Amino acid sequence: MTARTGPTRVMVAMSGGVDSSVAAALLLEAGYEVVGVTLRLWGGESDSGCCAVSDVDDARRVADALGIDHHVFNLGDHFDAMVVGPYVADHAAGRTPNPCIECNRHVKFGRLMDRAGALGFGLLATGHHARVVQRPDGTRRIARAADAGKDQSYVLNMLDQDQLAGLILPIGDLTKAEVRRRATALGLRTADKPDSQDVCFITRQHGREDFLGRRIAVTPGRVLDGSGAEVGSVSAVELVTIGQRRGMALAGGVGPRFAVDVDVAGATVTVGPVGDLMVDTTPVESFSWADAPVDGMVLVQTSAHGSSDPAVLDGDVVRWSEPHMKVAPGQSVVFYDGDEVLGGSIARRA
Amino acid sequence: MDGVYLDHAASTPARPEVVEAMLPWLAEHPGNPSGSHAVARAARRAIDDARDLVAALVGAQPGEVVFTSGGTEADNLAVDGVVRSTGCLPVCSAVEHPAVLAPVADAGGIVVPTDEGGRIDLGALAEVLSSVDGIGLVSVMLANNETGVVNDLESVAALLAEAAPDAVLHTDAVQAVAWMDLTEACRSAGLVSLTGHKFGGPKGAGALVVRSGVPLAPVLRGGGQERERRSGTQNVPAIVGLGEAARLVVADRSATLQRVGALRDRLEAGLLAAVSGSHTTVPVGTSRTPAVAHLWFDGIESESLLFLMERDGISASAGSSCASGAQEPSHVLAAMGVGRGSALGSLRLSLGHASDDGDVDHALAVIPSAVSRLRRHDPVGGPT
Repeated sequence: MTARTGPTRVMVAMSGGVDSSVAAALLLEAGYEVVGVTLRLWGGESDSGCCAVSDVDDARRVADALGIDHHVFNLGDHFDAMVVGPYVADHAAGRTPNPCIECNRHVKFGRLMDRAGALGFGLLATGHHARVVQRPDGTRRIARAADAGKDQSYVLNMLDQDQLAGLILPIGDLTKAEVRRRATALGLRTADKPDSQDVCFITRQHGREDFLGRRIAVTPGRVLDGSGAEVGSVSAVELVTIGQRRGMALAGGVGPRFAVDVDVAGATVTVGPVGDLMVDTTPVESFSWADAPVDGMVLVQTSAHGSSDPAVLDGDVVRWSEPHMKVAPGQSVVFYDGDEVLGGSIARRA
Repeated sequence: MDGVYLDHAASTPARPEVVEAMLPWLAEHPGNPSGSHAVARAARRAIDDARDLVAALVGAQPGEVVFTSGGTEADNLAVDGVVRSTGCLPVCSAVEHPAVLAPVADAGGIVVPTDEGGRIDLGALAEVLSSVDGIGLVSVMLANNETGVVNDLESVAALLAEAAPDAVLHTDAVQAVAWMDLTEACRSAGLVSLTGHKFGGPKGAGALVVRSGVPLAPVLRGGGQERERRSGTQNVPAIVGLGEAARLVVADRSATLQRVGALRDRLEAGLLAAVSGSHTTVPVGTSRTPAVAHLWFDGIESESLLFLMERDGISASAGSSCASGAQEPSHVLAAMGVGRGSALGSLRLSLGHASDDGDVDHALAVIPSAVSRLRRHDPVGGPT
């Protein structure tokens, strides 16, 4: 990685984790003028991810060790409005959103990127495991990380050409083990810090049900089998996710059954054997494209670390080449050309 | 210090005389003031000299001065000390420092609203005093830390004398010391909090003045220092520095406040003239210290403005900061009825003893162009 001509001031989003710590260090080595920023997004209870004071402290102390300035930006109002509010509303409507993707869309690569530009930074960097690649025609795409197991291209599916032109992903060419080795070699205090996996505003102690239960009126629901017979019950139909197996008071003895359909308005959940989860098509909406819209044969990924499977994108329907696990409405459905992200969409109800 | 420092309400540089006075008490004179030998007695004499100076600053008797680690401890001791001693219900204004608000909340106390200038609403206070029994402490800050707005403690005291004669008046005078004659302004307050680093003294030393007869239980217990009101070995060098700062501020306050007040007025008027869509947060005519210019600008976020100002060498702040260092929406502006959107674009420029015309010139050169730049590039509008 070498500093290009043009803008050489980079704002690096530092979460307090090892990836963004090393990202900042690599940018410095490459000769950029680097300023670190940590976002304060969530004022409520938290035990992980982007928001805890201890994570801010880690980011600040890494910045101190690297000799770069570090600022904390409070984008909490925007996070509430664009991530937490829709997360709650989506669940109330029976969808299963991915708040980290919405945070990337509206906060990190929305407000923060805009602010970086206004403050004179032509480039924003993050510690995501993914790469920005430039094609022969000059357009850019997100590509999968060198470390396939840590690849985060899926959660960066919404980036367009303007955003890609202003983005650096310094650690995309490194494996996680290499990232940690670099951190250790640099003496960074985050070298051995565990990865955060969870949604930052949901605590391990209280969980998603508690969080949503305090914010939406939940409806007890009936659980039906494919023939319409009542076989169980749930305390909150809004919190049931397609593919869920537990928490539905199902009697045993008939083999595992999974939630295959959730009807919030009708307060019913339909369960069936795993075969009932397989579908030929997945309807989608809310497209975003790296460059021009794409149709036809693509690879499609429907969860952060799932496989990518061949399908034909036909308007607003994904037609799978082989039967595919049903995708919960609200989940991101991301289109790839080989290892490169073409764009993304959101699964909708049929 | 490099650059232009306009955050004196957060902390001031220690004055050179203060640093000079403190140094011998770090290594040369190691005594513990509670000891009996000559080395200890020297330390005892040093903090008692400082006690005389702080007493003179406030218009109190030396025995009424309780040294603390700073303003927060003094505020906590005032509220908790009276509540623990009497079992009373505490009351405070909505714009108090969190060091008052938190212990009042913990004691189940009552928060009284303010007018749009951020001064306690005397009618609302009267209503509370007449309708609630058991109120034994009323805490009203002398000058606000965000806006510099000054409360009329005499009116509060007069109300108390009539409606709750047994209640103690506490005032957090932390932001007032450099700018107001406390012997006048605080004469009716039974408890007065102050801290050294807001008026040219060091961090780590403050005081609670406890007038005789005020019931107060200690919060920190142990060796019984400070006449059983605050245990713990006194921070001798910092207390010596606090005393020296008190001496200096009494000696030159009237000249300083004239000079700094003129700087502040020029800064404020200059910004209002140079930046369209700029507003003073405090209504014109509201009594305030001469040190603070508190403004808000349409269509920008103060975090971005502060970032650009820092790059051009100006240190300032907006609302209050949380533990992470992020700017937080201000409870003071909320109490004054300032909308959240306006509060997000607010800026506090606070001057101090060492501020000069060059600082004001630089601020007037930097801030208007920074605001225009942000309005061009990052207008706060709809969500992305």
